Amino acid sequence: MSESTMKPLVSVQNLCKTYGGEKRLFGGSTRALKAVDNVSFDIAPGETLGLVGESGSGKSTTGRVLLQLEAPTSGDILYKGENITGLSKPMLKPYRRDMQVIFQDPYASLNPRMTVGEFVGEPLEVHKLGGSRREREDRVASLFTKVGLDPSFMKRYPHEFSGGQRQRVNIARAIALNPAFIVADEPITALDVSIQAQIVNLFQDLQDELGLTYLFIAHDLSMIRYLCHRVAVMLRGRIVEIGPCDAIFENPQHAYTKALLSAIPVPDPDIERNRRPLVFDVGANLPPEDAVLRPVGNRHFVLEA
Amino acid sequence: MAPLLEVRNLTVAFDTPAGTVHAVNDVSYSLEEGETLGIVGESGSGKSVHALSMVGLIATPPGRIVSGEVLFNGRDLLALSQRELFEVRGKEIGFVFQDPMTSLNPVLTIERQIAEPLRRHFGMSASQARTRVVELLELVGIPDAARRARQYPHEFSGGMRQRVMIAIGISCNPKLLIADEATTALDVTVQAQILDLVRDLKKKIGTTVIWITHDMGVVAGLADTVQVMYGGRIMERGPVRAVFHDPRNAYTWGLLKSLPHGGRRGVTRLYQIPGNPPDLTKEPIGDPFAPRNPFATERCRIETPPLGEVEGSVAGHKAAAWYDLRAELAATQVQP
Repeated sequence: MSESTMKPLVSVQNLCKTYGGEKRLFGGSTRALKAVDNVSFDIAPGETLGLVGESGSGKSTTGRVLLQLEAPTSGDILYKGENITGLSKPMLKPYRRDMQVIFQDPYASLNPRMTVGEFVGEPLEVHKLGGSRREREDRVASLFTKVGLDPSFMKRYPHEFSGGQRQRVNIARAIALNPAFIVADEPITALDVSIQAQIVNLFQDLQDELGLTYLFIAHDLSMIRYLCHRVAVMLRGRIVEIGPCDAIFENPQHAYTKALLSAIPVPDPDIERNRRPLVFDVGANLPPEDAVLRPVGNRHFVLEA
Repeated sequence: MAPLLEVRNLTVAFDTPAGTVHAVNDVSYSLEEGETLGIVGESGSGKSVHALSMVGLIATPPGRIVSGEVLFNGRDLLALSQRELFEVRGKEIGFVFQDPMTSLNPVLTIERQIAEPLRRHFGMSASQARTRVVELLELVGIPDAARRARQYPHEFSGGMRQRVMIAIGISCNPKLLIADEATTALDVTVQAQILDLVRDLKKKIGTTVIWITHDMGVVAGLADTVQVMYGGRIMERGPVRAVFHDPRNAYTWGLLKSLPHGGRRGVTRLYQIPGNPPDLTKEPIGDPFAPRNPFATERCRIETPPLGEVEGSVAGHKAAAWYDLRAELAATQVQP
């Protein structure tokens, strides 16, 4: 669906992930929940695609299934044009080097018993890269510098770091293997307000410097607008609107996108006091089963019956 | 008229194995009846701890109220016994906490939980309480209230649970409602509905509100007065328009400037506050923001600036700063 001349780096096609629905021992089956329902998108090299939606919309599951941290129920995942869906662990390993992930909680994602230097160097060891111990240490030191941490911190443990510093450690680990693609799942949500801009700028600098491609999952729409080239809006497992950032923010078409945008609090009392959020009743407005994404503008699509 | 709430020199510390945490340092302010005060700050700013310690809701030990008075309707809450505080909490001061998932008891019906303070404080009978519960649920916008009252928390969505929490908070018609990050766990669309509800309730019942949050946007829409806290201190406070449009403390300015404001990457770069949040186990000397403040002077590092009226702004606009932010900004040609 992309008109971009560049071949996509990552594509997902008709991705579905259903939980439950298994047969019970004595007949019947558990209730099936379609967490991701027929989701398709491309991401071009060097592009940032933002994925937004309320909790339970399936945005995080989409990221996890895309990386095959969980197996998709159906659908395909393509990396540089190659279908990598359902590859065995050893077959998938070279792709794992290229595709990394950063999670929301910088406290829970670090290993408390490992120095942060060991933690950042671990992927190099797992993939048998980085040569000798000495060379690996040099590589880790340069990664620390790249994410704005003093290399002298390498010997320290996670509890000695603040939230923002911990997220820098996670980012250093994620870029250790020179990946091309990073899924960032709410990477600034758990950080203090005064630290969020630092991390957003770091994401931007790393993209400029290393040519990274991002899938940026977030619910903070003002940051999405700032950081992303294109945005996909998810509702109950489906993409209801996808398009260039400006088109989505300036000219939203789907009622849910409109409601979502109208609900962002604006840090200006003169504007905020007169803001009237639109109401969108999800239960009463679920997109019909046979709805498809139809073009409404340049690379801008809306889910319609 | 005397203010409804007057906090005087409140200082709270926690004794931990890692050392004494100086959570709240010499905080003083007052709140008029009917006013909505938005308190903004990040984790460790003292915004939540100071509110909890006012009504005896911090664990002692490790917590310790080092000094201060909290006059509520002229009575010092810090001098009350736990028994006397029981009568204040829920009845005169209502609370709404952040997480509606964990603040409700999963094995009791919604009705039981809203009725509890009513029966306790007003000695209402079961049927009187039931009538009032349905009234309250209708007030906070829960449809089909009589039926919903008999349901359990798991049968409610996150937004509906937060409405229930607000119903509990206002059940006894408190003079003061304290909401601590009450919409942080909610989706933005649901948050918008809850904020609308609070504005609506203020019109209907005129409660005085302290709204604690880290979100400048939420405060902009809700508060009359905003109070910015950092490192356990009040950095700036004043009428919401004055503080947002003409900040005089470098932390307030930095916070506002670091937000994207509809900007786009490639076109603008986000302003970032350098450094990391303060280590609260260090003795609080000087301006807590000084190590991260590009405009800090030598004096900022050694002497704590008092919270004083700022020049050339509206009455009640106060800031704690040794430097002159306006002059500094004019000199560096940086505009907020």
